Amino acid sequence: MTSTATRDTFTSRASNYLDERTSMSTLVATLGRKVFPDHWSFMLGEVILYSFVAILLSGTFLTFFFEPSMTEVHYEGSYVPLKGIAMSAAYASSLDISFDIRGGLLMRQVHHWAALLFVAAIGLHMLRVFFTGAFRKPREINWVIGFVLFILAMAEGFTGYSLPDDLLSGNGLAIINGMVKGIPIVGTWISYLFFGGLFPGVDIVPRLFVLHIMLLPALVIALIGVHLVLMVINKHTQFAGPGKTNDNVVGAPIMPLFAAKAGSFFFIVFGVLVLIASTFTINPIWNYGPYDPSPVSAGTQPDWYIGFADGALRLAPGLESELWGMTLSWNILIPMAVLGIFIVLVMFYPFIEQWITGDKREHHIAERPRNNPTRTAIGSAGIVFYAVLWAAASSDLIATHFRLNVFQVTWWLQATLILGPVIAYFLTKRIAIGLQKKDREILLHGYESGRILRLPGGEYVEVHEPLDEYESWRLKSFDTYEPVMVRPNAKGRITPGTHLRAAMTRWFFEDRISPVTRGELEAAKHDGH
Amino acid sequence: MLLIGLVAAGGASAAVSTVANAEPAGTAPRAQQLTVEDGQELFRANCASCHGLNAEGTENGTSLIGVGAASVDFQVMTGRMPMAYSGPQAEQRDPMFTQEQSDAMGAWVASLAPGPEVPSEELLDVSQVDEEGVARGAELFRINCAMCHNVAGAGGALTEGKWAPHLRDIDPAHVYEAMLTGPQNMPVFNDANISPEQKREILAYLDYLDENPSVGGFDLGSLGPVSEGLFIWIFGLGGLVAVSVWLTSKPN
Amino acid sequence: MSAEDHAGHEQQQVAVYDRGAAIEQSDAFENPGLPPHRPRQTDLHPEKERRAERQVVGWFLVSMLGTVLAIVAYVAVPIVEGDMTSVRLSNLFLGLAIALALLGIGIGGMHWARQLMSSHEVVEERHPSRGSEKSRARAVEIFQLGDQESGFTRRSLIRNTLIGAIALVPLPAIVLFRDLAPAQDAVEAISNTMWRQGTRLALDPTGTPIRAADVTIGSAFHVIPEDLKDLDHDGGYLDQKALASVLLVRVPLDRLNEQPDRAGWSYDGIVAYSKICTHVGCPVALYEQQTHHLLCPCHQSTFDVTDHAKVIFGPAKRPLPQLPITVDDEGYLIAQSDFTEPIGPSYFERLHHIDEGHIPLSAAETENRA
Repeated sequence: MTSTATRDTFTSRASNYLDERTSMSTLVATLGRKVFPDHWSFMLGEVILYSFVAILLSGTFLTFFFEPSMTEVHYEGSYVPLKGIAMSAAYASSLDISFDIRGGLLMRQVHHWAALLFVAAIGLHMLRVFFTGAFRKPREINWVIGFVLFILAMAEGFTGYSLPDDLLSGNGLAIINGMVKGIPIVGTWISYLFFGGLFPGVDIVPRLFVLHIMLLPALVIALIGVHLVLMVINKHTQFAGPGKTNDNVVGAPIMPLFAAKAGSFFFIVFGVLVLIASTFTINPIWNYGPYDPSPVSAGTQPDWYIGFADGALRLAPGLESELWGMTLSWNILIPMAVLGIFIVLVMFYPFIEQWITGDKREHHIAERPRNNPTRTAIGSAGIVFYAVLWAAASSDLIATHFRLNVFQVTWWLQATLILGPVIAYFLTKRIAIGLQKKDREILLHGYESGRILRLPGGEYVEVHEPLDEYESWRLKSFDTYEPVMVRPNAKGRITPGTHLRAAMTRWFFEDRISPVTRGELEAAKHDGH
Repeated sequence: MLLIGLVAAGGASAAVSTVANAEPAGTAPRAQQLTVEDGQELFRANCASCHGLNAEGTENGTSLIGVGAASVDFQVMTGRMPMAYSGPQAEQRDPMFTQEQSDAMGAWVASLAPGPEVPSEELLDVSQVDEEGVARGAELFRINCAMCHNVAGAGGALTEGKWAPHLRDIDPAHVYEAMLTGPQNMPVFNDANISPEQKREILAYLDYLDENPSVGGFDLGSLGPVSEGLFIWIFGLGGLVAVSVWLTSKPN
Repeated sequence: MSAEDHAGHEQQQVAVYDRGAAIEQSDAFENPGLPPHRPRQTDLHPEKERRAERQVVGWFLVSMLGTVLAIVAYVAVPIVEGDMTSVRLSNLFLGLAIALALLGIGIGGMHWARQLMSSHEVVEERHPSRGSEKSRARAVEIFQLGDQESGFTRRSLIRNTLIGAIALVPLPAIVLFRDLAPAQDAVEAISNTMWRQGTRLALDPTGTPIRAADVTIGSAFHVIPEDLKDLDHDGGYLDQKALASVLLVRVPLDRLNEQPDRAGWSYDGIVAYSKICTHVGCPVALYEQQTHHLLCPCHQSTFDVTDHAKVIFGPAKRPLPQLPITVDDEGYLIAQSDFTEPIGPSYFERLHHIDEGHIPLSAAETENRA
């Protein structure tokens, strides 16, 4: 450091200038060689971050041309099938961005594709964190922050989807309006205030615009900041492996390898988005026409990440009650409640699991999904539940494309919504336990080498080779838990909570498989060969 | 139900064989040479098993009295009739008859009772529609057609296994006839509802869609957010996961 | 984090956490430590290293080429007004060139990182996430000092009134939002439409009035009130259209299954229903002329027009509201009155706005599901 500082190059002078004013060297000294573990699934968070940067850049370009106003104009742009049609200034300016500004359509498509990728990558990233138990202490708070970011991303998506004020987005708002009106007591008023009077009114686009470009991005950026700072403080998790322990991080240092990979990956993500945007059309708003409450298009669907909510509305039972002069729309309230409960359960899952295990230690080793069969099974039940709701949002397209009856598709999906998660739960749990047993088998008796020997007695056997110690470490190092006993607490009482916790640990850990011990391996060596 | 299916299938196959026998390809006489009587004969041979000898209808097929030549031209020349099999609705396929044969049958059906006529060239001539007309046609299309056929004419689902077909690259005469006659579950759009000029404007809009490329690139079937969502998951995120696997792998 | 637990501990002491249900394995294996480093081909063979270097440079040059091409594409592939092909080509070439510029940097950088940068794994120690005992103790001390110096706990009246004041101060924000919408009562505003006695039924969007004779069997007419076309967007055209849209069809009299007391609401088999779905408000516009079913494309609620638009499938519960119609002396279809009940999705106060003239459908038959 001193030697470089004394040499009088431009870089050294610039660094010195900065450090004397910011004490940058402290930051570089602490973080410059910080280590990041290498695994493909650890790159998903980066996909999120980089698609968000792409969204910010393309979105800023769009705001230079977009006019967030519902003032009536008559279109005079270059798209013939809309010439002279009355529409809002917002829709007209979106058309101008698409047809009259070079690069405008590209930026619109980059923005929309990046938004879809952003939320999709968040989903996959969350699944990775869930299935590897990377939400365990000390990362529970970061899980919650990440989950709030997921919700904010959906809100960003929905507000953005509504801005062009085309037929598709307008019908999306009509559905939101109907859902809000279904909320007891306050619903009618919330809708009235939200839309500035009657639906659709002339206020909603400018209001959503402010949310979309100011309030929500500010929250997203702030929370991404907190999310990343916490990640740096907690350091990244790593998968079990030789030399990797709960007390170290093994991988690439930020300077230079990780920075080079991450920086290059940014350009790859951005490049792929631009490639998609230049060759595949997204949300051709000119087809939909300006919003008008009377027409509607077949195949009216929200963007994919709102699909699960739309699907829940489609699968809801047609129930309403009229009690003492009040109307309760169960066909809206039930799906809202089901989704609400689902979201709350996912958001607070780390705390639920920690209460069950009672394990207060820090965990920095990402678990292999098979080594926690019950959690993995809960996760896949959740995936199936979400996926059925998602599929339900395209029930009409499923019907037309597979030549089915849309009513029957709906009935099937309703049944699958209930039964699917249960089946997925048991199937996944059995598969995970089976894989654990296979790991044990490989450790105790070696892997199948594919080499067949003929024994002197004429018997054929396949030679099993033992794993080397590096390979085998991955298979035998994992945490294991056992069900807890119901024991009286300090006051000598057994509370219902104790019973519940005992029952939950039985549910989680009853049919667990223990990691192989030295004794077992010795015994296997002796009686096996 | 099965029985009806069998009858319909039998009728259809009978129709195919009859046509094949009656009319060797390539030697079809001009339209003028087929008379109303020829049309009646063709009808009795190919259609009467379901629609009755005098087009009065049977259990298996509706009455065709008053449906007009437009309806016959649409149903026969889009291959919907004779029906291939009994399903929720007739499928579109290659027509079983030549235009001349169809016209002859149409003339005979029209002679039973007045009904919508096959549209003249004038009504189908979209070159007479100006730019504002295309825009008006697009608006009429969104209000009257898009709910079933999709704003981009990609088609959509109806109840109980029925569907609204796509409208891309369809003969304008058939679109016009469909509006006029309301085939199967499609409503009728008579000239009081959508005037002939307005119908022509709608055709001009469909022609515009056919003639102009999807501006933003491949259109993924014009199915809207569902195909877009599947695309970004499978190719967008899938591709980037593949890249991640590559860049975190250890090179040799 | 409470002060009592750790106040006595020395700073170097490592916290021991409860294992909960985790099993302590007595006979576990030892971690074998990092496997030996395996050199890459580029580490072993200088010619391969040089080749990798050339490849990286190649990718960066490709990126430069992409940048140049992007500028060329911007200028050389202009948008010709009204020519959609030119828009498509501009989008395609500009996008491909920019993608090339970006991917060139990305792939080149990645190649550099993987093949040429040091591939030795680095190990960094972790430390417990909690602060050191010393800093924890200091934090507690600071809070105690803060409490002492301010008297936050001691002067409880000050503290409690401050908490009360802060709790109340956001309340004006709630009233501030009232003027997001006009002064008119929300429930009143959404409960009535433009339809009045004598309003002619007119075609959407032209506003041409409709004669009863024009509504032939099997047709579907998308209808607005005749005076709607006098409004512009800023005057509430879309708002009123969202309330007043109607679908008009003629059902053969032998198929029409009318409740006797509602017989006066239709005209010679012509019936008019609100087009706004009673589920969440999409336009229910898919009319099947043979089955007389109306389907909502958003959530597949299906209504039977022959039977007062009762729900036969889907999440909607209530039938579509019927507009009572008749003809005037010139033969045009006119409304007898506004809808007798609020249209569109259900809302909490809905029942208060059902007109006296409303004829409910008999309860047992409000739905007839498939």
